[in-house]
Amino acid sequence: MYSMEEQKIIKISPDEILAETVDLKNAGYRLVAISCVNKDGIELSYSFDKDYDFVHLRVNMDYDTEIESVSCFYQYAFLYENEIKELFGVKIKNITVDFNDNLYRISVKTPFNMKEEE
Amino acid sequence: MGKRTVIPFGPQHPVLPEPIHLDLVLEDEKVVEAIPQIGYIHRGLEKLVEKRDFKQYTYVAERICGICSFMHGMGYCMAVEGIMEIEVPERGKFLRTIWAEVSRIHSHLLWLGLTADAFGFESLFMHSWRLREEVLDLFEQTTGGRVIFSVCDIGGVRKDIDAEMLNTMVSVLTRMEKELRDLTDVFLNDMSVKHRTVGVGVLSKEKAQETGAVGPMARASGISVDMRTLGYAAYKHLQFEPITAEAGDSYARMEVRIGEVYQAIELIRQCVELIPEGDVITKIKGNPNGEHFIRLEQPRGEVIYYVKANGTSFLDRFRVRTPTFANVPALLETLKDCDLADVPILILTIDPCISCTER
Amino acid sequence: MNFNKKSPWILHYDGSSCNGCDIGVLACLTPLYDVERFGVINTGNPRHADILLLTGSLNAQNIPVVQQIYDQMPEPKVVAAIGICATSGGIFAECYNVVGGVDKVLPVDVYVPGCAARPQAIIDGVVKALSILDEKQNALKGR
Repeated sequence: MYSMEEQKIIKISPDEILAETVDLKNAGYRLVAISCVNKDGIELSYSFDKDYDFVHLRVNMDYDTEIESVSCFYQYAFLYENEIKELFGVKIKNITVDFNDNLYRISVKTPFNMKEEE
Repeated sequence: MGKRTVIPFGPQHPVLPEPIHLDLVLEDEKVVEAIPQIGYIHRGLEKLVEKRDFKQYTYVAERICGICSFMHGMGYCMAVEGIMEIEVPERGKFLRTIWAEVSRIHSHLLWLGLTADAFGFESLFMHSWRLREEVLDLFEQTTGGRVIFSVCDIGGVRKDIDAEMLNTMVSVLTRMEKELRDLTDVFLNDMSVKHRTVGVGVLSKEKAQETGAVGPMARASGISVDMRTLGYAAYKHLQFEPITAEAGDSYARMEVRIGEVYQAIELIRQCVELIPEGDVITKIKGNPNGEHFIRLEQPRGEVIYYVKANGTSFLDRFRVRTPTFANVPALLETLKDCDLADVPILILTIDPCISCTER
Repeated sequence: MNFNKKSPWILHYDGSSCNGCDIGVLACLTPLYDVERFGVINTGNPRHADILLLTGSLNAQNIPVVQQIYDQMPEPKVVAAIGICATSGGIFAECYNVVGGVDKVLPVDVYVPGCAARPQAIIDGVVKALSILDEKQNALKGR
């Protein structure tokens, strides 16, 4: 059988994100990446790692939901969050360093946002 | 306390092979803060999954970056294999490992050269790149390409390396190892090199954790994290330990990367001894449906691939988080309080790959 | 006597290339290919440069940068597009943040094909650029 890393995806709701993140932070996990899929709603995956234990928090939400930034716990999350905000048009509030959609300064507005194409 | 001045650095700068822009806030000669501005290389290739089917996309994934091109292709393939539950034949896994390790040697030699160039040691740059060309010749002999190989495919690899060539690789690398010793002796022991690197840009272990540093950047600060220990491809059959250093300065980062060059040669030797006979690729049927996260250790550190598929031949999403992206906060940390003259070296010690970062 | 042709100085700028071609350009300067034996010197200063080597395609953000570098170079000057991305956008032509090849903005004199362009091809391109540089110089004299 396929012998790759186990995929541990924990589903949470948008308002649980801060509580879940702080738990992982206190347990010594490091934030590995924040990924976003924008298709039939927004799906955010927060990936964490501690001693090669790879865990993902999964948030599914609709386009209008605002989500809290985790940059208050993981300062370096600001890069991921700015990227997601700019490319996907996800509403993230309270990012510690907010580039206001000017991280990549691309010519197209939120190119990964499928909603506008419909 | 002096007056504050902002100096723009980049995008076109003699020391930068790639464009990145930093606004350096200075107080006299000391950098107080560095504000990055990226986006000069952003192409948006992640969105190409809508225009290329998942098999064609292997070739796009390889072109995320022309330095770790093989590993990008491999990571993407592994993610799709993870979704489709394809087991790559053992020989294919070993060949992937060999090419990945040769890539590591080539990438680290490239970095050593660029760093030497950054601290103004031109002949060291030339010698590093002279040796690197021999590594590229190995690529060319085995894959047909110098930079982009297109040998990795979903299900395995598209080319086999015969026993004779494998032995040639080992003998070339063994001969190179001797020359490398001469080269790395200079890097590690030369007074003028030490003068520019020892104690420059110290990143403590705590700061490295706080900024989420990965790869040699983290290992040079005493964090023993190396994704190869997960045992993907053929790494589970190989004997190795992550190479770490404690000091966390530019010299330590150089030490770690130099150690990894020798480690890579050793790993290739082990692979050539252990490689089994057999197929190198399995045929795949159907389209992927599902999602998968994959982590690899690239020369620059940990990389994450995420693929989400919907059962058609076009993927929903491909995401890559590259090591330089994760190391940018650590770079900004080391830039604080450094001398303006050290900025080029500090930028280079994270081994930046901007085209990976911005995709 | 035309001095530019004897020792052209090149300037390299990475548009949005994947590094493959950039490293090809740099590899040209290193011992195996060693274009310095022909008098070619890589400079970081646009004011010193005769030949501009551009790798990678253009996007909205780097167009002003490329334009500025070109304007800063003294006449006569030659532009060479290195690799397929600089020629037409290549594999990334359909990406949303790619405008296209270098010739959308600058007059390109030499196109070097390849993904990634091989150092031999790049040297060949530079040699072709030299004769164009020569022509341009003569035209300037005649003016």
